[in-house]
Amino acid sequence: MSDVISIDDGLEPIETLTLPLDAWHRERGGRMVEFAGYWMPVQYDGIVAEHLWTRDSAGLFDVSHMGQLYIAGDGVEAALEAVLPIDLSTLKPYAPRYSLLLSEDGGILDDLMVTRWESGFYLVVNGATKWDDLAHLRECLPDEVTITHLEDSALLALQGPKAVDALARIAQGDVPVTALTFMKGGTFRIAGIDAWISRSGYTGEDGFEISIPAESAVQIADLICQQSEVKPIGLGARDSLRLEAGLPLYGHDLSPETSPVEADLLFAINKRRHSEGGFPGAGRILAEIASGAARKRVGLALDGRQAAREGAEVYHSNQKVGVLTSGGFSPSLSHPIAMAYVDAAHAVPGTTLEIDVRGKRLPARVVSLPFVPHRYYR
Amino acid sequence: MPRYFTKDHEWIDVDGGTGTVGITDYAQGQLGDITYVDLPAAGSAVKKGDAPCVVDSVKAASDVYAPVSGTIESSNEALEAEPELVNTDPEAGGWLFRVALSDPSELDGLMDEAAYQAYVAEL
Repeated sequence: MSDVISIDDGLEPIETLTLPLDAWHRERGGRMVEFAGYWMPVQYDGIVAEHLWTRDSAGLFDVSHMGQLYIAGDGVEAALEAVLPIDLSTLKPYAPRYSLLLSEDGGILDDLMVTRWESGFYLVVNGATKWDDLAHLRECLPDEVTITHLEDSALLALQGPKAVDALARIAQGDVPVTALTFMKGGTFRIAGIDAWISRSGYTGEDGFEISIPAESAVQIADLICQQSEVKPIGLGARDSLRLEAGLPLYGHDLSPETSPVEADLLFAINKRRHSEGGFPGAGRILAEIASGAARKRVGLALDGRQAAREGAEVYHSNQKVGVLTSGGFSPSLSHPIAMAYVDAAHAVPGTTLEIDVRGKRLPARVVSLPFVPHRYYR
Repeated sequence: MPRYFTKDHEWIDVDGGTGTVGITDYAQGQLGDITYVDLPAAGSAVKKGDAPCVVDSVKAASDVYAPVSGTIESSNEALEAEPELVNTDPEAGGWLFRVALSDPSELDGLMDEAAYQAYVAEL
C-alpha cells in the first residue's frame, strides 16, 4: 500500500520548521505533516468528521504558516498599485480585499488579502510562497516603502456557523465581533491580548481570521477551543472545505502559468484598473478580458464515489480538453468534485466531459462554483 | 488459517489454495476516511507486487499491492456501498479481494502477526 497522491505543496524544505502551536497540536492528537516548510496538523479525529463539524458548528484552524506583512511608507499606495491590480482609492480601512501578485507576463505569483490599516497595509500571503513574495516585493517596491514581515504573529481561523457565538463570548472591542460583516475587520482583545480580527476565511462559511502575538497563541487557542462549539481542525478538512467552496488553492489551482482571467478571478482586477492598466501583466490580462481566455477554471461534479485528483486529464469525446488542478471526495455532498482548467468551448455549466483516472473514464459535468453555497454574513 | 503480512501493510489469510487480502488496521488509520475502493475484476491475473486495487481516502488514492501472484477469484462487493468497512473492520469484513495462489512459496517472504506488529512498532 502506498500513497499515489498526497497533500503536499511541492516544496522540499531544507529544514522543516515548527509553528507556535506545534506542541499544542501534538497534545491534541494532531497528525503532523510537512506543509509549506512547516510541521502542520493534517487531521485530528479524521477529515470527514472535522469537515462536517466545521460546516455544522465551528472549527479552529492554525494558519500561522501564512505570511503576515505590513507595508508602509511614503508613496505606499502608488507603489502597491504598481504591483497589484487593486484600486486602493476604493479600499476602506479595516476591510480586507482579495488581490493577486502578478508577473510581468500576467501569471499569478500568489493570491493574497490586503487590508488598509491606519498608516499602512496589512497583507496575508500564502505560506509556501511567502519568501518569494518578500523577495519580489523588496525588488519591486521603492526604498521609501518598508516591508515588515510580522514573524512574531500567529494566525488562526475560526470557521463555521457557530464561530460567531464562540468568538463573541471571548472577544471584546469598541464594537462586538457580531457587528462585523463579511470582509470587515477591527482590533479586539481576547483574554486581554490585542487581536486583529476580520470576518473572513477559506471555507465558504461565516467565520473569522484572528492575528495574535505568537507568544499568546497557545493561551488563545486553548480559550477558543474551550468554547463548546469549537474543535481544532487540520489541513485535510481545510482543503476539502475550500474545494467545496470553489476557492482556488495557490500552487494547485493557481500558478505562474495561469492568468486571472483563466482562473475566473476577474473580480480581483478592480474596475478602475481595467481602463487604466499599469499593473504587471496588464497587456495580456486586459487583452484576455476583451477577447476571452483560451481556457477557464471550472468546477466538475462526478457521479459515483471514485474521486479524480490533481493532474487527471479531462476529455471531450477523445480530445483532451483540460486537466484537473484539485479534486477529491466531497464530505458534504457525498460525491467527488474537482476543479479543472478546460478549453473555453467546454467550460459552460452543463457540459458533459470525461476524466481519465488510471485509464478509466469517469463522467463529469461542468457546474457553477461554489459546489456548496457560501454562507457569509453580509 | 494462517495470516501473513507485507511491509506495505496488506494482510493475506490463506485457506487451501485461496488467499483473502485486505489492508491492516494500521494502514486504514494512516489513510483516514475511505471513500471508494477500486476493486479488481474476477478472472484477472496478478503478479506479486502488482497493484490490482486502489483505496481512495478523502486526501489520497493509495495502491494496494498483491502479496502473492495468482488469479483474482472475487472481490468484496459490500465495499461498493460501504467503503467505510475498510476503516471500521479492516481485518475482517473490510477484506478487499480473493486470489487463487499460483505460487504458494511466495508466502515464505511474508511476515507473521508478531513480526508485523514489531515492524509497525518501529514506524
